[in-house]
Amino acid sequence: MRTVQYTNQVCLTFPSRSANEAFARSAAAAFAAQLDPTLDELGDVKTAVSEAVTNAIVHGYPDTLGKVELKLRIYPGNQLEIIVKDWGVGIPDIDKARTPLFTTGNEERSGMGFTIMESFMDTVKVRSTPGKGTTVTMRKRFALRAGGTV
Amino acid sequence: MPVAYTTHNRILTVALSGDIDHHRVKGLLREVEGEIDQVLPRQLIVDCAGITFMDSSGIAVLLRLWQRMQELEGTIQVTGLPEQPARVLRAAGLQRLIPFA
Repeated sequence: MRTVQYTNQVCLTFPSRSANEAFARSAAAAFAAQLDPTLDELGDVKTAVSEAVTNAIVHGYPDTLGKVELKLRIYPGNQLEIIVKDWGVGIPDIDKARTPLFTTGNEERSGMGFTIMESFMDTVKVRSTPGKGTTVTMRKRFALRAGGTV
Repeated sequence: MPVAYTTHNRILTVALSGDIDHHRVKGLLREVEGEIDQVLPRQLIVDCAGITFMDSSGIAVLLRLWQRMQELEGTIQVTGLPEQPARVLRAAGLQRLIPFA
């Protein structure tokens, strides 16, 4: 199988403090700006990143502070890949976690995080091992417009 | 960003602004519920015109406020929604529960 090489990448790591949710989505939007996105597309990226990072913070590390990694990659064809990884408690049943309105959180959580990610991204893949952590990989292709640099 | 409240004839308007995410929602919900408990409104208007970003944490807030107004046998309405929060609420199908413009 041929692996398609990305043309640009950034990688950020930060502790699982909720104050970093805003930083993560703003950084993702700033990186995605080179794909000449529309305001709606930029909003979609910010929303999906916010959901995935919040999941890592709230559900990956429910009782401790841990490391969260946000990797952003650009692939040929104006595609953005977003990878959010934690080394937390993991998800025992991924299908259940992706079910709308299902949550193990308190009343501050709606159980709609994965539904929103799936609505706003083209693909959402979740890999998780209980006790080892979770990786969410999302992809979105941006419409090509005149003026794009990639 | 502070929440602004106005009350007239037991119609409580709550004006939200800034980013509504998990970090913000932790204190926000408690604060707004406290105001509702004081006013006991028959109608709650959530003015979202000043919101700069919202993720599914905002859905949790609106669901909780809808539930609280059900308990009070009152109504809830969401106004002034910018496009990004509106897309989030529509993706969750919230318009079937709470009218929003």
